[in-house]
Amino acid sequence: MSEALIAALALLVGLDAKLVEIVVLSLRVSLSAVAIAALLGLPLGAAIAVGRFPGRQTVIVVLNALMGLPPVVVGLLVYLLLSRAGPLGALGILFTPSAMVVAQTILILPIIAALSRQAIEDAWREYEEQLRSLGAGRMSAALTLLWDTRFSLLTTILAGFGRAAAEVGAVMIVGGNIDGVTRVMTTTIALETSKGDVPLALGLGMILIAIVIAVNAAAYLTKELAQRRYG
Amino acid sequence: MSRRLLLSVALLAALPALAQEKFIVVASTTSTEQSGLFGYLLPIFQKKTGIQVRVVALGSGQALDLGRRGDADVVFVHARSAEEKFLAEGHGVRRFDVMYNDFVLIGPRADPAKISGGRDILDALKKIKAASAPFVSRGDRSGTHIAELDLWKLAGIDIATEKRPWYRDTGQGMGPALNTAAAMNAYILADRGTWISFKNRGELAIAVEGDKRLFNQYGVMLVNPAKHPNVKTDLGQAFVAWVISPEGQKTIAEYKIGGKQLFFPNAK
Amino acid sequence: MSNGAILPLRLAEVSFAAGGRTIIDRVSLEIETGPSTIILGANGAGKSVLMRLMHGLLEPSTGRIDWNAPERLGAPRKQAMVFQRPVMLRRSAYANVAYALKLAGIQEPKRGVLVRESLESVGLSHLARRSARVLSGGEQQRLALARAWALHPEVLFLDEPTASLDPSATREIESVIKAFDAAGTKVVMATHNLGQARRLGDEILFLNQGRLVERAPVGQFFSKPQSAQADAFIKGELPWT
Repeated sequence: MSEALIAALALLVGLDAKLVEIVVLSLRVSLSAVAIAALLGLPLGAAIAVGRFPGRQTVIVVLNALMGLPPVVVGLLVYLLLSRAGPLGALGILFTPSAMVVAQTILILPIIAALSRQAIEDAWREYEEQLRSLGAGRMSAALTLLWDTRFSLLTTILAGFGRAAAEVGAVMIVGGNIDGVTRVMTTTIALETSKGDVPLALGLGMILIAIVIAVNAAAYLTKELAQRRYG
Repeated sequence: MSRRLLLSVALLAALPALAQEKFIVVASTTSTEQSGLFGYLLPIFQKKTGIQVRVVALGSGQALDLGRRGDADVVFVHARSAEEKFLAEGHGVRRFDVMYNDFVLIGPRADPAKISGGRDILDALKKIKAASAPFVSRGDRSGTHIAELDLWKLAGIDIATEKRPWYRDTGQGMGPALNTAAAMNAYILADRGTWISFKNRGELAIAVEGDKRLFNQYGVMLVNPAKHPNVKTDLGQAFVAWVISPEGQKTIAEYKIGGKQLFFPNAK
Repeated sequence: MSNGAILPLRLAEVSFAAGGRTIIDRVSLEIETGPSTIILGANGAGKSVLMRLMHGLLEPSTGRIDWNAPERLGAPRKQAMVFQRPVMLRRSAYANVAYALKLAGIQEPKRGVLVRESLESVGLSHLARRSARVLSGGEQQRLALARAWALHPEVLFLDEPTASLDPSATREIESVIKAFDAAGTKVVMATHNLGQARRLGDEILFLNQGRLVERAPVGQFFSKPQSAQADAFIKGELPWT
């Protein structure tokens, strides 16, 4: 195991070309997914938080439940959608990074929507009377709250990114783990480990853990900074 | 999410893909890919033709299913009976023999079934059953799995009902199944290519090899564009043609691990 | 052409019930321009609910609430409210006031002028760039007053604005309220604090268990209360409801 560890470190330090390519692709896919999910999920969460409509409670419960969607299930569903035999086959994006972005976006959209809904609803409880007193309509209030809770929302986005970067089930199925095209950190680790070939897997594993730690540290520091500066 | 929104998001995300070089999707097997053959073969093909070959590696059964759905342009697997069925269903244009490699029976050095060094696979399987020695099966409808089931049948053993605790049906690829066998000190049928590159051997070694019945035939087919209009016919045909051409066949023979040739070209 | 003055405000037989309880019980009154009005009563008398009904944050269960001129949607509000606890956005003090003006559709450069003026009027100019939520309780409440006043509303509602503040902060707030009153804004303030009512009020509306029990100019109310409840309250004998 120690020689595998040393080999892994050598790959990292030497910035092995294959390793870099895999890491860059992973970041491209997960960052794209989180960007789209945030664009869609934050307004959705805000709308549910300040809105009043029949079935609102049900929507909230379902959204919370969808946070726990198993990645493999998402992968399967997106595969069936994007397969040539499926409804969106004409797009031709199966087995490309685009399909992986779609799958991961679907995976983390509920997380971002549900968590932002919670944060904004809490803020709404605090601000509702004051904002209505100042003459803010629901939509204007939602936008104001989105900005006001920006630090909580940043933490939510980081959580979404963490989930996307760490999952393997969805990207494996819709990406096909194609060498040089759709092979990301998690799928490579799975592949190399199954081959009994450990150094690359270990190296990527260390990077993945480092990313997860960095994301969590960023979330923590964001909260601290916000509390201290803005109260 | 509205359909239009989803489409425009997907299109935006697909833009980089659309701007790329010509490529085909080949559905093949994990054992072929893990043997490293594609890593050697495909860059040579790409250099010659400019066509990028994207291999999605699954089990033989799943790879053929990919072809059935039209999600691959070419299928390249080693499961003769399944391939014939695929062809009969009209999903393939024509099947060509490409190459063969062989399976080996791997087992623990302790050899509880006393078969080491033998050259008769059916005899070995009977002895394993008699000794109730632990045996790991891939159980994943792969070419290897189908070959294993065929061998049990040939040996006169109805493995579906004969299964006892000694027969472990794992549902895994070749690598993970070998890992499991190494951990359990069990017998397992593996393709030689994966075995040679497998690092985590533990107490395992080759127990039986060389029996003609252990030969593993590979076939290649272009997915039928009549059934699946999206298939890249010209590019796919170029690949099929090259692989069975003298040049392609020579390249296959050239691929070695540790000085040993893995695949034996036999296109007619 | 009417100047769009929203006062006088008329309440006719207004009741409000929630959770099975009647909180406001058939209150009829008229609020006119001019004298500052104190809504006085014990805790639980219904002062806060009455304020919110008048300001429009709550709908009455029965009865009517009519302003002289209805407020147009989208036009700057002519009434503002300061709550017991100030609610500030995660922005600077300046930005919080500017936000209210932005909502009212007031653009630069007029907006900047109004913000600076209102901060000046409550003595917070030196804290304009500070993050609003890290200010002290008293400073935040002054900021709330500045925000409310920046729009130069016709009516300023205040719901127990000093209940959470210490005496020195309370004095600061009271002096600001007096200044707004002097500048012509109609002040309607709820409090249970007798001294404050005497200091700030011109007339007293005494509320007891959701009913308007007595209404009188401040001097008369304290020297010659007409009702037994008012009398008991002034003497400090009114039981907790």
